Amino acid sequence: MSKTATIPAPQGFRLKPDDKPVIFAAGFVLLILLVGTGYTMLTQGSAPLLQPQYLLQQLQVGSFLGIVAAGLMLVILLGHIDLSVPWTLTAAAMMATAVGGPWAIPVGLGIGLLVGIVNGLGVAYLRVPSMIFTLGMNAVMRGLMVAHTGGFAPQTAATDLMQYLAVARIGGVIPVALLVWLAVSALVVVILTRTTLGRAIYAIGNRERAAYLSGIDTNRVILIAFALSGAAAGLAGVLLAGYSTKAYQGMGDPYLLPAIAAVVIGGTNILGGRGRYLGTLVGVILIVLLNSVLSIMQMPEAGRQIIYGTVIIAMLLVYGRGERVTG
Amino acid sequence: MADVALTSDAAEPLEKAQRRRWGFGARMRQHAGILGGLALFLALYLFYQANHPRGFTGQILIQNANEAFALALVSMAQTVPVLMAGLDLSVGAVMTLVGCIASHLVNGSPAEIAFGIVICIASGAACGFANGCVVVYGRIQPIIATLATSAIYMGFALILRPTPGGKVHEDLSWAVTSDVREFAATFGLFSDGEAVWLQPFAWIPVPLILLALIILLVWVPFTRSVTGRTVYAIGSAEGAAYMSGLPINRAKLAAFTLAGLFAGLGGLFLALQTSSGNADIPQAGAYTLNSIAAVVIGGTSLVGGSGSAIGSVIGALVLRTISFNFRIFDVAPLLQPLFEGLVLLAAVSLGGLKLLRLRNKLEVFR
Repeated sequence: MSKTATIPAPQGFRLKPDDKPVIFAAGFVLLILLVGTGYTMLTQGSAPLLQPQYLLQQLQVGSFLGIVAAGLMLVILLGHIDLSVPWTLTAAAMMATAVGGPWAIPVGLGIGLLVGIVNGLGVAYLRVPSMIFTLGMNAVMRGLMVAHTGGFAPQTAATDLMQYLAVARIGGVIPVALLVWLAVSALVVVILTRTTLGRAIYAIGNRERAAYLSGIDTNRVILIAFALSGAAAGLAGVLLAGYSTKAYQGMGDPYLLPAIAAVVIGGTNILGGRGRYLGTLVGVILIVLLNSVLSIMQMPEAGRQIIYGTVIIAMLLVYGRGERVTG
Repeated sequence: MADVALTSDAAEPLEKAQRRRWGFGARMRQHAGILGGLALFLALYLFYQANHPRGFTGQILIQNANEAFALALVSMAQTVPVLMAGLDLSVGAVMTLVGCIASHLVNGSPAEIAFGIVICIASGAACGFANGCVVVYGRIQPIIATLATSAIYMGFALILRPTPGGKVHEDLSWAVTSDVREFAATFGLFSDGEAVWLQPFAWIPVPLILLALIILLVWVPFTRSVTGRTVYAIGSAEGAAYMSGLPINRAKLAAFTLAGLFAGLGGLFLALQTSSGNADIPQAGAYTLNSIAAVVIGGTSLVGGSGSAIGSVIGALVLRTISFNFRIFDVAPLLQPLFEGLVLLAAVSLGGLKLLRLRNKLEVFR
């Protein structure tokens, strides 16, 4: 599972296995842009997709997915998964708008952190499979929010600061949301490559037993990773509420599966232990651009679903294949 | 010599009894998950029936069986990949797709209906087989491969049914969603279901009979075949299974195909029950997630190698019975999702208790 290339490349240029996903995903991003541009050239005679304005707009929209995927990646690297993202995100958004004022953002982040900590306690200390525990937490958060709002969209609005973070552009050009995404990305990169926590996350993903024997408090690491994932979902919820000026039922639902897809397309092994953050970044951009180009082409939902699934399989067939079982 | 013979003779019954007792205990432990789920189900269901104003009547039983059947089959479908430590996130999508196909084809003359049913079952199995091919020949992790194929199947379902609708044969729909007497009466069998010998069985809901037939004719033979045992072996230790010369690839393909078949049967029934097809993405997702919960409640290990589709059926019944109970106790609909989540969390957290029994902390990690 964790067989990294130890054989030095002979002469000439050879891709390292960890670089391959990044290169291919980036190439596919260019292909999407080319196909989309070809389409708009044929139908409208212009190339809006290549304008910086359009690309920045996509990055702004993509930053919500990007933040979710950044948190989710930490959990996937452990070999676990966090299915509670949709309603953690929604709960954070709803509570942040409900509290309002200066405490809106801390409350939203706190909700995410809290859900993440409960997930971590269940997965690490009770040893419940993460798939099922986070699924249960998702149902509980959904239940709490349905009970809280009566099943309707809450009437409360996002605070000015939330709207600023999600919508504003510095100098009218650079979206603030993109900067938030970059800050989260920088944090994740530092954690993964420069801290013992990051090394511990990779170690647990490869073989938790060995990590434990080498003195890592594996339960604590799992707890922290889930807490960070929850906090990331909470932050995405706060931003998304700011973007749409309010919270609404089911606002987190379209974020879970694309986030998993982005992480996996970026080359992170779904079984954990392997993957680079750069890949996740490119994966998010790929998913966002794919969605955007398909909606420019006015693709019906059915076609989108089929293309979406085909792209994931095709990308993984190129570089995400497992090794043969040889005993 | 005589002494020895005597003692061994005398000891034999004791030893035998001991062995039998041990065997019984071991068997109980082996099926602890299923038995726990069964006890939970019986307690919940008897509680429900006892508190229902029209409790213990055939009508309630039929209604409950109809509501539980599709989830029971989707949970059986989910069990097969889980047994080999995989996960099939496309079971809900396959169910939906086959339901949409059924809403187009299962109507008209008997021959057309038979043709439609065959097509439905075949397309369920074909979807599963496609999953298996991606996993076996593409060597992509099952969870992510089926995540992708589920999007594709939902796309096809949306093409077939952009809006909910369609029609299935009404008599057939009525016959499979009521009891045996009505089934016989609908098709004019056994003197319209009034045959004397039929009376002891006349109250049994048809979905329960179909479920029993599927278990007996498909699941049980499968687990006793080499392919079926290989599925379990892959879940326990894939490398060891490979080294023992077991047909790994064939077992994986068969497991996913069987999952598609079960999910397709669930979709066919859902179409018959609702008399329509509906490419409902949230509903497909809910069925997939509930199927995972049902598999776990039914005592199948998510790390593979142990469990049974029969346990998953019980798990599905437990999940459904919980919502039946909400219905009669007038739990505010707004609180129902919260209770469902809490019950699920409590049920799986009980598994954490087994950690207390471990002597060696390393056994925690697998």
